[in-house]
Amino acid sequence: MKGFAELLDALGFASGRNAKLALMAHWLGETADPDRGWGLAALTGELDLPAVKPALVRALIEAEVDPVLFRLSYDYVGDLAETVALLWPHREEGEVPSLGETVEVLQALTRSSAPAVLRSMLSRMDSSQRYALIKLATGALRVGAGARLARQAFANRFGVDVEVVEELWHGVAAPYAELFAWGAGKGPRPDLEAKPLFRPFMLAHPLEAPESLDLAAFSAEWKWDGIRAMAVCRSGEKRLYSRDGNDISGSFPEIVAALDQDLVLDGELLVRGVDGTVGSFNALQQRLGRKSVGAALMRDYPVFLRAYDLLFDGSEDVRGLPLEVRRERLQAIVAGLDAERFDFSHGLQAETLEALAELRGSPPDPAIEGLMLKRRTSAYVAGRKAGLWYKWKRDARVADCVLMYAQRGHGKRSSFYSDFTFGAWQGETLLPVGKAYFGFTDAELKWLDAWVRAHTTARFGPVREVEKALVLEVAFDSIATSKRHKSGLAMRFPRISRIRQDKPAAEADTVDMLRGMVI
Amino acid sequence: MVADRIGWLKAEPRGIYLPGADAWVDPSQPVARAIVTHGHSDHARGGHGMVWATAETLAITAARYGPQPGGMRLAYGEKVEIEGVGVSLHPAGHVLGSAQVRLERDGAVVVVSGDYKRAHDPTCAPFEVVPCDVFITEATFGLPVFVHPPAGAEIARALARLRASEGRCLLIGAYALGKAQRVIALLREGGWERPIYLHGAVEKLCALYQAHGVELGELRPVAGVKADALVGEVVIAPPSALQDRWSRRLPDPITAMASGWMMVRARARQRGVELPLVISDHAGWDELTRTLLEVRPREVWVTHGRDDALVHWCGLHQMKARALHLVGREDEDE
Ligand SMILES: [Zn+2]
Repeated sequence: MKGFAELLDALGFASGRNAKLALMAHWLGETADPDRGWGLAALTGELDLPAVKPALVRALIEAEVDPVLFRLSYDYVGDLAETVALLWPHREEGEVPSLGETVEVLQALTRSSAPAVLRSMLSRMDSSQRYALIKLATGALRVGAGARLARQAFANRFGVDVEVVEELWHGVAAPYAELFAWGAGKGPRPDLEAKPLFRPFMLAHPLEAPESLDLAAFSAEWKWDGIRAMAVCRSGEKRLYSRDGNDISGSFPEIVAALDQDLVLDGELLVRGVDGTVGSFNALQQRLGRKSVGAALMRDYPVFLRAYDLLFDGSEDVRGLPLEVRRERLQAIVAGLDAERFDFSHGLQAETLEALAELRGSPPDPAIEGLMLKRRTSAYVAGRKAGLWYKWKRDARVADCVLMYAQRGHGKRSSFYSDFTFGAWQGETLLPVGKAYFGFTDAELKWLDAWVRAHTTARFGPVREVEKALVLEVAFDSIATSKRHKSGLAMRFPRISRIRQDKPAAEADTVDMLRGMVI
Repeated sequence: MVADRIGWLKAEPRGIYLPGADAWVDPSQPVARAIVTHGHSDHARGGHGMVWATAETLAITAARYGPQPGGMRLAYGEKVEIEGVGVSLHPAGHVLGSAQVRLERDGAVVVVSGDYKRAHDPTCAPFEVVPCDVFITEATFGLPVFVHPPAGAEIARALARLRASEGRCLLIGAYALGKAQRVIALLREGGWERPIYLHGAVEKLCALYQAHGVELGELRPVAGVKADALVGEVVIAPPSALQDRWSRRLPDPITAMASGWMMVRARARQRGVELPLVISDHAGWDELTRTLLEVRPREVWVTHGRDDALVHWCGLHQMKARALHLVGREDEDE
């Protein structure tokens, strides 16, 4: 626990992705099993310890400290775990448990045993360990390092490919003994053949110079505005995964239920509108994050998966085959699936760039946000590889940005965090590119406010800095260069057009991309 | 009521005032007569007529504002009378020359603590408990979350980080008067024998400390030293220099900040440092409350800081207390 608490402290003060990576990689190398595995689970958000609620922590400290002194302290510090860690008045002699032992104790807690056990543990720890314990126990560990960064640290430490780690990740469980053994070269690669695993998505680059593209080598499809998803069925076990590898089966049970053969499909989740069009994105977004959905929601917003690629045909890995071959097989497979839940994303015919641009300019459905151009011979490779897939967005004046700061609004909104500062990437740092305070619905505002409160990393008066984890799609009228902002850019009339819970922050747009939109 | 017997002293928003003597303690504007507790700029200002202070405080004031006429040097424990009020200075343990002011008239004793601390500091005389009827204290760290750890352990942590970091140097941000010299002395106590490199803004006061007999070991200006030669070394700079272009000359510095505020993560993050070091020259909560229990005054007056918590604590311990809300005493850059 001592080493893990030190790691958390150091991560909290480290700036930049590389510094955090180095700290995590160093710790994973220094620490033994199973502690490093539990640490990795905690950093990737996989640790689920349900017994300790913040109210219990609060009750513990209120029994120890004068209520006025507690309130003044909490007001000043602003974080319950830190306040309790600093205020805890007892110091007992005794061993500080290891991280593994701590997790074991926390997992075995019941509501009635929790107070006494926690009290005794807190008394044996120093303030930084108490902070780590409370964060761990209440599931509020936030170090501004996403799950992917922690897995990258694992890959760096052991010199393995992060895409392989991503792929294995969903088939192994904390404390990941076999994963560490494999990483250290002391064991075989975990055998996950028979499991319904997440496979990392192949991603597209924005198309920057259409005229330089050898059009004959590419096939075109509509780029649909839904949620990218992967449907997996293996030995009868079924899963639906989102972009960042989260299991979203519970949010879209009708899709999962309709899978009736072994396969892995890549596609776009969409809502079926009237007359064959595509319906509201909001309805989809509402479902994300729900563990289950009611019958009414399923009836009112029928969901289907528009498939555009095939990764596994039965148990055969077809990712190495050319796109055209995969798509042929895909079309045949989709024809055999429940047509209410699956269809095939057809290719578009356009011989010239002009014809393609015309298609892009006047798409037949408002849910189309542009074109996808995919190299006909490309294998399905994880991540964003140069020269293979391109996205050519119709309305270039939207950008995916990462929420950085939130400020309380005025008047009717004074109790809400409603002014949002967002940024785009420059290398591994986020630079603020704009500020918006409308564009969202009341329900979305409520949701954003709650998100901000739960993901605060620092406070400056009315402003909260948040974990760099939430992607906002920002629409704007135009963008211009500006000396006022560090990014050198200023947006005109920016508004939050969509909350992109499905998109990992690391994949938000770059300052360079935005600079390319300056008119 | 104690206050009834000490009509000769008034707590004005601008400071503690002695009407009979027309003298102020730590006045925020130039006055005819001033008694100054220590050399920090929110306590010592230039331009007063007469100034009673320790020799060290007068020297510090002269170093900062140029020569000041009217300096009245007082040794610790030496008594003078200013228009019927007995005045003496006693060590406060805050910075070199820092003093509490003991004031006595008509059988009533008032002690103005100025800034003080009880923690170990090799660069100044330790705090002395002075019995009194009214104790006027600060409360910069007047919240129970501020129980500062032993400074030696923080220094050891910093040196361990430096030794574990190849190709880097340790850059410690420390307030130029008091904190910088204390950090250097603590580094020496922690076994750091190499020369310590100084930003220009801390050189003068380090020399002043050394001239007053404080051992700081070998100090060198950082100016003119090549980056390669600074790998593995310790550099001391004022906090404002940490994020400044100045620091780019250093080899991949581990930026540290020595301050009592580093106790709270959000405050430390605001500073943007990699290694917060909790080293305070102001009394933490445990030191404040311990001091009140040892001095056991009949009344406690709190000048500034987080006074509401300390006043509440006094109530819990049957001590009469009130907050003075003095102006111009913001949180000292600690
Ligand atoms: Zn001071």
